[in-house]
Amino acid sequence: MSLINILKPGGRNGLSSRERRDPIGFTVAALNRLAQSDLIDRVGLRKQTEQAVFTVTRNGFKTATAAGRQFKKVSGNTLAGTRAPAAKASGLFDLTPTDDEQMLVDVVTEFATEVVRPAAAEANETCAAPEGLLKASLEIGLPILGVPESLGGISEERSATAGVLVAEALARGDMGLAVAALAPGSVATALGLWGTVAQQQTYLPAFTGDDVPAAALALTEPSVLFDVLAPATTAERAGDGFVLNGVKSAVVRGAEAELFVVGASLDGKPALFLVESSTEGLEVEGDPSMGVRAASLTRLELNDVKVDADALLGDADGEAYTECVRLARLAWCALAVGTGQAVLDYVTPYVNEREAFGEPISHRQAVAFMVADIAIELQSMRLLTYKAAARAAQGKDFSREVALARKLCADKGMRIGLDGVQLLGGHGFVKEHPVERWYRDLRAIGIMEGAVLV
Amino acid sequence: MLNLETPKKHRMLIDQAHQVAMNMLRPISRKYDLAEHEYPKELDMLAAMIDGLEESGASEGAGATGVRRDETAAETGNKNGSNLSSVLSVAEMCWGDVGLMLTFPRQGLGNSAIASVATDAQLERFKGTWASMAITEPAFGSDSAQVSTTAVLDGDDYVINGEKIFVTSGERSDSIVVWATLDKSLGRAAIKSFVVTKDMPGVKVERCEHKLGIRASDTAVITFTDVRVPKENLLGSPEIDVKQGFAGAMATFDNTRPLVAAMAVGCARASLDLTRDLLEQAGVTIDYDRPAQLQSAAAAKFLQLEADWEAAQLLTMQAAWMADNRKPNSLEASMAKAKAGRVASDVTLSCVELAGSVGYSEAELLEKWARDSKILDIFEGTQQIQQLIVARRILGLTSAELK
Repeated sequence: MSLINILKPGGRNGLSSRERRDPIGFTVAALNRLAQSDLIDRVGLRKQTEQAVFTVTRNGFKTATAAGRQFKKVSGNTLAGTRAPAAKASGLFDLTPTDDEQMLVDVVTEFATEVVRPAAAEANETCAAPEGLLKASLEIGLPILGVPESLGGISEERSATAGVLVAEALARGDMGLAVAALAPGSVATALGLWGTVAQQQTYLPAFTGDDVPAAALALTEPSVLFDVLAPATTAERAGDGFVLNGVKSAVVRGAEAELFVVGASLDGKPALFLVESSTEGLEVEGDPSMGVRAASLTRLELNDVKVDADALLGDADGEAYTECVRLARLAWCALAVGTGQAVLDYVTPYVNEREAFGEPISHRQAVAFMVADIAIELQSMRLLTYKAAARAAQGKDFSREVALARKLCADKGMRIGLDGVQLLGGHGFVKEHPVERWYRDLRAIGIMEGAVLV
Repeated sequence: MLNLETPKKHRMLIDQAHQVAMNMLRPISRKYDLAEHEYPKELDMLAAMIDGLEESGASEGAGATGVRRDETAAETGNKNGSNLSSVLSVAEMCWGDVGLMLTFPRQGLGNSAIASVATDAQLERFKGTWASMAITEPAFGSDSAQVSTTAVLDGDDYVINGEKIFVTSGERSDSIVVWATLDKSLGRAAIKSFVVTKDMPGVKVERCEHKLGIRASDTAVITFTDVRVPKENLLGSPEIDVKQGFAGAMATFDNTRPLVAAMAVGCARASLDLTRDLLEQAGVTIDYDRPAQLQSAAAAKFLQLEADWEAAQLLTMQAAWMADNRKPNSLEASMAKAKAGRVASDVTLSCVELAGSVGYSEAELLEKWARDSKILDIFEGTQQIQQLIVARRILGLTSAELK
């Protein structure tokens, strides 16, 4: 870097590259350098807080991906694997889930209330989901929700609606923990949807067994104006296989994950690749973000990562990939609905109990109308999400519906997060109440691609 | 099982409504917007057609009478009935023209009120009437407990005195459902509705209003001077039940609000459909898969409008579906009305903006729809009244606590 560039303030610390320093600015910058120097530390003026182990609570700390297990390779059969059949539509408008779905929702709701919510605040701080919680989530069958029955899962037919209802119920507990718990199942669902016989036989037994691996669906990349349909990560054909290069972001529990599904451009078209964590050339870096922190978000770097020909999941013409993007967006919509419901559940008693000027603040229209709008827009988000999910489950084109659901959930979901904090005033800004966390979590909608899938 | 598609069984009815809207309403849409107060004679034939459909049962009870709740129907799982088919066909007609739809003969809001609360005997007696609805008075709008038109029992008749404004189809209808109080000192509970026919002495249409939109529909001022109405024309119970209060009269709104929401949904879709086409001709195609921020600002705006519109449509269907399945729906009806009302304004006004002076000019209908839509966020309960209702329900507050 040239001297000129070092003297320029822009491009770091959130400064635009247009910023210029004047003489006072140079003096202040120099003083700040001094204040940061080791000299002060060496004479014991400052407490040292170095951490030698990998942590997801800080960025800039790279490590190799988890050593991971050896998945017992079954090769050869490249025929399409088992697929769950599309749900049969009755042709009637209906907002009542099936009995099976309702039972599932009841179980997950209890889990979200009893286990997820109480763990949420600490998981946000440590950027990690408690092990017990993740274990319990396996017991209620989250990883195999989207896996066809004949492959050891529990879905008799396409399970997009059940997936949406479960994600919503979980996020009512906490979005970050919901993402952490749903991530392995999302990879299993992807294998169920697009895997060949060989891929399903190689990987699914791990997900349907007792020792379910952490796994991550990595589609997002750290670039401005990121277009998920044109990933900068590339896959080049080399010999019998592919070589992958690029960086993925918002990778859930990347440091523990034993299997990744990575989005990369192949011959100009986006495609999905199965990458085991023990593959050479993978590096993971903690990437704590504004919210969804309990999901231990990381960046995954791929440097000349060599995979076999059978690592390609689904087709190479972008169809499976696009479907995957839509289903992931659908899952994020469901998470937004659940979190929005948590906000409404929380602010309703609060504004009724909190008094100002001699009466509950809910007796004022300015407050009450905000609550009414939360309720109206939340139900709007829910209905759009359900419509897209029902179409997906029935095997219909749902590209329009999921786009509209995502737009609404991003806009109105954020509004709900914002108003949730506002309704509590200063109390909403402090961590004694969860609304500030939901505010941060809801900003993820419309940004996140991949990670979760229904 | 979750399914939020238009029911298959209603598809044909909606397709028919679409053809009528396209081929009958659209061609005369601008004509009666310009010729305010002129009776759209073309609609008489349409009315005969709708009657024919209703008689044959092919309409699934769509239209104003579709809001009647069938209390005797057996409980057999999920039902898609006349409430749902009504909102869907009303939306389709309003995609054609809201003003014209509001002046369909024999499809007045009064007809909906009669269908909602009349006894079977009354239903039979008022069959075939074109009934408008008269609630608002010069001294009040949203605060409908302030009704000061009086009804005094005298022998076998009630004698009605007062002035009503904003009576949709007040001039063209043959009867009026009038809200009047039996005893103002007893408050809301004393407010009852009466079917007053135009031929009764003392009923006078004073004038029709000149309006921002829905100009094809007449909006009348009507005075009632010593109008004698047979007591059998009182809708609902004549008892003043202070405990029940306003509930009886207000129940009509649970049924009519989804219909007004449907009008907003239909009007807004007209704007969206045309604007999508105009944008495509201008080289902007909406891509549902690519993030909005990577598309043109016009496409991103369109996506937002369409998402809001879809929400209005689904909330409206939800409210009607609940009525069909005999679930209480006043919260959902108000949600639908609130969302659809504001979305219709946002959509129609934004579409004018997107289309520039093409949208602003009378050469296209976009500017008309942007005028027509405004009333839909006002009548049958304004945006603010809907928010009050939703807020009270969610927060569990009374009207004394949350004013």
